[in-house]
Amino acid sequence: MKKFFSSLGSFLLKVWKTICANKKTLVGFFIFVFFILIAIFGPMIFPYDPSTHGLNYFEAPSWDHPLGTDEAGRDIFRQLIDGTRDILSIALLTSAIAVTFGTLLGVISGYAGGWLDRIIQIVSNLFLSIPSLPVLLMLSAIFNISNSFFFALTLAAFSWAGLCRAVRSQIMSLKERDFILICKVMNVSKMKIIMTELIPNIASYILINFIVIIRNAIIGSVGIMMLGLADFQPSNWGAMLFRAKANITSIKALSLFLSPAVCIALIQTGSILLSNGLDETLNPKLKKN
Amino acid sequence: MEETTKKTNKFTSFFKKIGFFLSEIFIKYRFFFSRLGISLVTLALAIIFGFLVVKLMPGDVVQMYAKQLADARKIPYEEAYRQAVQLLNYDPSLNLWQQLGQYLSGIFKGNFGVSMFNSDVTTLTIIRDFLPWTLFLSGASLLISFVLGIALGSKMASKRKGFGHAAANTYIVVSGSIPDYLFGLILILIFAVGLRWFPISGNYDILLEMDGWPWILNVLYHAFLPIVAYSFVQIGVWAISMRGSAIGTLGEDYIYAARVRGLRERTIRAKYLRRNSMLPLITSLAVSFGAIFGGSPLMENIFNYPGFGAEFNNRIGLRDYFIIQGLIVFMSLMIILANFVADSLYSIIDPRIRRGN
Repeated sequence: MKKFFSSLGSFLLKVWKTICANKKTLVGFFIFVFFILIAIFGPMIFPYDPSTHGLNYFEAPSWDHPLGTDEAGRDIFRQLIDGTRDILSIALLTSAIAVTFGTLLGVISGYAGGWLDRIIQIVSNLFLSIPSLPVLLMLSAIFNISNSFFFALTLAAFSWAGLCRAVRSQIMSLKERDFILICKVMNVSKMKIIMTELIPNIASYILINFIVIIRNAIIGSVGIMMLGLADFQPSNWGAMLFRAKANITSIKALSLFLSPAVCIALIQTGSILLSNGLDETLNPKLKKN
Repeated sequence: MEETTKKTNKFTSFFKKIGFFLSEIFIKYRFFFSRLGISLVTLALAIIFGFLVVKLMPGDVVQMYAKQLADARKIPYEEAYRQAVQLLNYDPSLNLWQQLGQYLSGIFKGNFGVSMFNSDVTTLTIIRDFLPWTLFLSGASLLISFVLGIALGSKMASKRKGFGHAAANTYIVVSGSIPDYLFGLILILIFAVGLRWFPISGNYDILLEMDGWPWILNVLYHAFLPIVAYSFVQIGVWAISMRGSAIGTLGEDYIYAARVRGLRERTIRAKYLRRNSMLPLITSLAVSFGAIFGGSPLMENIFNYPGFGAEFNNRIGLRDYFIIQGLIVFMSLMIILANFVADSLYSIIDPRIRRGN
């Protein structure tokens, strides 16, 4: 038990050192942590009231409503906080599913080769050639996806293929290296080679892709909801943008548009800084330059 | 007797020559043929996917359509049902394989799907009416952002300090952090709603009757904001990949040799660096061109631009299943074609790829 905690502690220290090694990573990390904390604790502190108050529509910002109200008299600030959870859970789930499948299939495809490789490549090719946004629009509209898990699943179905290809090519170049050949000569089992030699070598690459997929998932999910085809709660940021777009000619709807837009831009900036910073720290090729 | 053996010898040698020639071609362009095979398999899978789209739809599609038809043409339901099956080229009473066969034969006859609301509207008429606008809008933005992005990226790679570099870096982070549709909305808010400099929607003023130059100018006037919104984000993406590629090229010996020969930095950048670093980007350009056919439902929706993506969007809203199916198959077809062209092009430009495989 003691050993476990000490190894956990040293691991966390290492993570913290990696984060602190680059200013970009640090800023990006704090932006992410900020939004995650809001998603967890925000709704407890500022509970959201979904009932409409038709008379106070499009109120200017006040002490009661820090960001004003929307077209049905609901508080925008509380909607924003309530929507954070939806956006982040969809993005994180999408990324987790896509990275798991992409890495797994990429490693199998690159390491095994042969017919297994060919089949996986054809399937990933198919997912790269079917236009993702139209299909996602169709699925979310016709099947009325309002559950964030299924939404994440459909988004992930179109995000894993690119990663799978990249992982495959990395594994293919890695497995010809001397240290893998030595493992093979020493009769180390395939599973062990993959788990202890190959995956740690591409871990930083996968981590960076995890963040990149989160970013794309946020762009994609908000975009689909902004078209108003998917059936989501009005507090969702995409749904807020949809209503703002419908009232774009009135200056009163400015707050309804700007608040989710600024939050999205902030998360996107955070994820770009985080992935760029990690790339600079963990990728030895960039260090030389 | 002798003559016949001579003849057969001639024949066999002729066929041998042909066989030799063919095998030589095959070996020489093995990369090309394997790509072609993969593309065809992917295309077949994409068509099957399109076929499954209608199978997955909730409710009995043909029954719905037959009811409408019976009301519209004032004919008994059974008659309408028969007509519906024929018009839609989809018969639920057949088994799965027969349906697939029916669908495929329809595609070979050029029947990609008929609208459930107006039998004059087919997938092909929608492509004809709406695709040119999307091609114009997205093609122009793709070209602009490619040219500017490459210039920016090569400059960033070769000169990595000073105010210009910091500004370019900031631009890349900012343009990457705002999704293009949000940037489009911001542009509409400022320039169309606030300042009223640009129109808020449409592709040209239908009310003004005009042709020739005024019409072209009017179209460009309407396309200005969407093109700016697209390009703002895309320039950053191209610049990043160009910078990465150019940094790799800068380490090559021929750049060093050019410097040793005392060539000017600008000449090196234009003649050695930019051209060689552009090679891998040509592939991405072809792939992006294919992606245009996927339409951009978001941007066209924001700018109310009557393009391919916006029409796709409308059809989803209408639940016009057979049109949706046809459009998805068409989009996949174009993307597969573009990927195939990209791969072949790259193997022509850079022979190392062919040899590697």
